[in-house]
Amino acid sequence: MHWWLPPGASTFAAPIEHLFVAILILTGIAFVIVEVGLAAFVIRYRARPGRKALYTHGSTRAEVIWTAIPAVTMVVLGIVSNHYWVMIKDKRSVPPNAYHIGVHAKQFEWQVTYPGKDGKLGTDDDFTIRNQLHVPVDQPVAVELSSEDVIHSFWVPQFRLKQDAVPGMHIVAWFQATVPGEYELGCAELCGMGHYKMRARVFVQTVDEFNAWSTQQAAGGTE
Amino acid sequence: MTHAKPGAHGGGDAHHAPMSFWQKYIFSTDHKIIGIQFLFVSLFFLLVGGLLAMQIRWQLGFPGKPMPGGSILPQTMAPGGVILPEYYIQLVTMHGTFMVFFAIMPLLVGVYANFLIPLKIGAHDMAFPRINMWSFWLALLAGLIMFAGFFVPDGAPRAGWTMYAPLSARPDLSGVGVAQKLWSVSIVVLGLSSVMGSVNYITTVINHRAPGMTWFRIPLSVWALFITAILGVLALPVLQGAAIMLLFDQSLGTHFFDPVAGGQALLWQHLFWFFGHPEVYILILPAMGMVSEIIANGSRKPIFGYHSMVFAIIGIAFLGWIVWGHHMFMSGMNPTLGSTFMVSTLLIAVPSAIKVFNWMGTMWRGNLRFHVPMLNAVGFVSMFTIGGLSGIFMAATPVDIPLHDTQFIVAHIHYVLFGGSLFALFGAITFWYPKMFGRMMSEPLGKVHFWLTFITYNMTFFPMHIIGMGGQMRRIYDPTIYDFLKPQQPLNVFISYSAFALFAVQLLFAFNFLWSLKFGKKAPQNPWDDNGLEWSLPNPAPHGNWEKTPNVYRGPYEFSSPEAEARGTDFLPQSLKLPTDHDPLPAPLPATH
Repeated sequence: MHWWLPPGASTFAAPIEHLFVAILILTGIAFVIVEVGLAAFVIRYRARPGRKALYTHGSTRAEVIWTAIPAVTMVVLGIVSNHYWVMIKDKRSVPPNAYHIGVHAKQFEWQVTYPGKDGKLGTDDDFTIRNQLHVPVDQPVAVELSSEDVIHSFWVPQFRLKQDAVPGMHIVAWFQATVPGEYELGCAELCGMGHYKMRARVFVQTVDEFNAWSTQQAAGGTE
Repeated sequence: MTHAKPGAHGGGDAHHAPMSFWQKYIFSTDHKIIGIQFLFVSLFFLLVGGLLAMQIRWQLGFPGKPMPGGSILPQTMAPGGVILPEYYIQLVTMHGTFMVFFAIMPLLVGVYANFLIPLKIGAHDMAFPRINMWSFWLALLAGLIMFAGFFVPDGAPRAGWTMYAPLSARPDLSGVGVAQKLWSVSIVVLGLSSVMGSVNYITTVINHRAPGMTWFRIPLSVWALFITAILGVLALPVLQGAAIMLLFDQSLGTHFFDPVAGGQALLWQHLFWFFGHPEVYILILPAMGMVSEIIANGSRKPIFGYHSMVFAIIGIAFLGWIVWGHHMFMSGMNPTLGSTFMVSTLLIAVPSAIKVFNWMGTMWRGNLRFHVPMLNAVGFVSMFTIGGLSGIFMAATPVDIPLHDTQFIVAHIHYVLFGGSLFALFGAITFWYPKMFGRMMSEPLGKVHFWLTFITYNMTFFPMHIIGMGGQMRRIYDPTIYDFLKPQQPLNVFISYSAFALFAVQLLFAFNFLWSLKFGKKAPQNPWDDNGLEWSLPNPAPHGNWEKTPNVYRGPYEFSSPEAEARGTDFLPQSLKLPTDHDPLPAPLPATH
């Protein structure tokens, strides 16, 4: 049994997890105040013979306090969150040295196009493989997402990366894997009957392994 | 018996003339009967939605195993009782559709806007009783059209209740021809019903308040229903327009949402959520309003901060229009827009916090009576708080990346719609049952139902946060084929057993509701010692409500006031005239239809 986010395997994992924990603490405090307060009131102020309710219409001071504290907290949370959001998702955040891979989604498979030897997509030495995403470790990778038919969503839990692939749109999402190993790519947007089995294997390899694999594939070889 | 103000009452003779069963219960223009009609129909759809949910939980807990009793389903859905992937998507699509559009929305708005608004503001009926009747019949028609989807070739729609295009727009991609069109038609009809209802509620609240019922003496339930009606009249037409475009895409060969011929896939999402987020508040504001009534009553105290409660309702409703993009953080919408929507979304925490703390403030130093409505109302506050707090995780865009479209959001929506709206409804149904049917629901059964529901509900929905954090996507037929989801399958099994128990417990409520219709204790006139105008009438109230329009002398929450104590009680009805009270000026318009 696993009770937390899956173990992180990209540079996004740490900042997102920190923010997650921060929100967990903030909401945890609010949760305890409300639930413990409710429980205490339920016990303490239950009707008993001779008990009288306090006749009051409220307190401006108390209300100002519990309006202002959430307001300030939320604005601060928004500013902090936005910093990470821009770092992960902003269109200008894709590192210039990123290795570009094309991912074309269709019912119900992922077609992954690699740039081949020249390192550029859209040239003759590109090659395409179904349902296998190979990426080098510790190197920014930009996924150029497109869709053949309906909306799909590129989702690798360990990378903390999710991005819809929308027909008619060309969307670039980037990440940098940090732990070599094998992962799964799932579809997070309902895309039809086979939505649940739209799955690809993800291989994070050392740069040498990746280059060797890429050269072999480009030459038309099999694994 | 005498007619009060003959002529002031449009069809004055409708007041006492005997009516046939058909006139009285079927083609009724009495707002109370229409509310009761909505109640029975939407409880039926609540049951349908629940049965669909049970099948979803069977499949997620025990993928590929024959479902007990599933062999009665046709081969095209579950051969040998084993749910097929295409049937599974029908289940999730129709569970969401029925619960949102045909169970929770009509239960809150169709039932209680109809039933409570005239009774609580001292009106004899709605402003437009015949339009009101049509509103019910169109809602029923829409529900039947939607229901018919299960019985046409290819079965029910398979694009999720959010109907994301182009999957929903193209039969060749979804595999569904007829039923996708039925969905669009049904939504157009439902929108018509909703707009008719909303126009009625708005007009009635503005024009038909009894003398002395000033804006800031209006009970919070009516405030919430009034603001909800404004949301409805502005939001539903957007959905209708989108559904008509979708219907054209599905049947006339247009391509509004299909990029193959120049359309825009994201256009549907913008239109749907521009409706959809106000819709979320349509599904919670009336619940908040009714919970406010019940908590003040159960605490025997005036509501804490009445004015800020009103402004919080208005604030939530206003913010509801500028947050729709938070459903689309991962959609490919410009991420800069995501920043804007994040901030507006986080700000919703402010009016929500005001409401929660003011409910607590109302209970503070009260004299709490734990009748069944009060138990459910306090349950609402504690569960809505969890649903609100879990929303903050998804509002913070970076944290939304791993949580979006996982079971975490399923947990969130159920904490708001079940833990919130449905608990409020259990409270409201019990609270106003005597006013509807003249009898009380069983108190012991109600208490057992509340506690068992509270426990099994949390066992069902809380673990969904965990499996969502683990990454389980929404609407997948079989999570066990993923390596990263396999370890948490035991939790899926636990959730399924809890969900079955939760469903079984609801049968207690159904039994209590139906049994009490005939065998419940006869209700006294004011069973909850409440101040609302509705309790100055007999139970059930007659057609036309009041012989003579009541005068209103004070706000609705004067519990435990010195004046009340001077009478030896702890409540002070709004229409009770004390020696120190002066009669209010007559209303500008006669408070009749």
